Amino acid sequence: MTALARALAVIAFALAGCALAQVVTEDPLDARLKRLETDLRCLVCQNQTLADSDAPLAADLRREIRELAVAGRTDDDIRAFLVDRYGDFVLYRPPLKPKTWLLWLGPFALLLLGAIVWWSVLRRRRAQSTDAVAPSAEAEARARALLEE
Amino acid sequence: MKMRWLLPLGIFVVLLVFLAMGLTRDPREVPSPLIGKAAPAFELAQLHAPDKKLGTADMRGKVWLLNVWASWCESCRTEHPLLLQLAKANIVPIVGLDYKDKPEEGKAWLAQRGDPYRMSVVDLDGRVGIDWGVYGVPETFVIDKNGVIRYKQIGPVTVDALQQTILPLVRELQRS
Repeated sequence: MTALARALAVIAFALAGCALAQVVTEDPLDARLKRLETDLRCLVCQNQTLADSDAPLAADLRREIRELAVAGRTDDDIRAFLVDRYGDFVLYRPPLKPKTWLLWLGPFALLLLGAIVWWSVLRRRRAQSTDAVAPSAEAEARARALLEE
Repeated sequence: MKMRWLLPLGIFVVLLVFLAMGLTRDPREVPSPLIGKAAPAFELAQLHAPDKKLGTADMRGKVWLLNVWASWCESCRTEHPLLLQLAKANIVPIVGLDYKDKPEEGKAWLAQRGDPYRMSVVDLDGRVGIDWGVYGVPETFVIDKNGVIRYKQIGPVTVDALQQTILPLVRELQRS
């Protein structure tokens, strides 16, 4: 038991050390680039971000992005640099423009359509249930008689 | 009652048509935003004469092709015979951009397989490639007399692409 506790303590210390080391060494520029690159698509392996990809082109683009950032360009400038060359496809968050209206607004339109269908079905059901005729006095009397037997 | 089934069926058919259309398209072909825009300027050392330069400015007034290739590129081998034929027909000058390649290996590759290029330049660090939006070699651009990019072939040039798209476009641009 004490051996286990000791081992756990060692692991906990090691983890704390790692976490601390990471906080200390993270350079603000690195953090900014990392954030920017996770929002950009690598064109070679299209389902990876620029930050994750090992493709040579991704490495070149990271180098280019770093140089632009060091030269004082903003994140928007850097995104524009890539869009000018590779198109909106490099952005994981496509911009809202007439061509992408369907993409951005489509889901909400579908949701609205679903809500309308749901509402009309509910209304029809409710109309049907209130239409149901109340039991006649004769039927009620018979039911009561049966219950009292 | 019939409408109840027709509506979901209709939606399903529309979905099916969209999905079928999606299957016929190649997701690796990303349309270039550079079509119809001025070709990004470069001035690079020539492959066979590193002390001499060649740039986009030297090609002004001509319709030309820029073929991006490399000796390490597998599919460049498949398009190479076609480029040699095109060069022999002497219809349009092809400039070769040896992309992220060792010049020695690039030269050896051309010596072995034949050189279809009017001129070859070297893009050692891939910067010109980035300016031109290159993301997979081979790529081939058609540039008009005013230095505007008119077409981009992503992947190897095929007989179909050459006969149906590239050559008619080149002839049309040469006339104007």
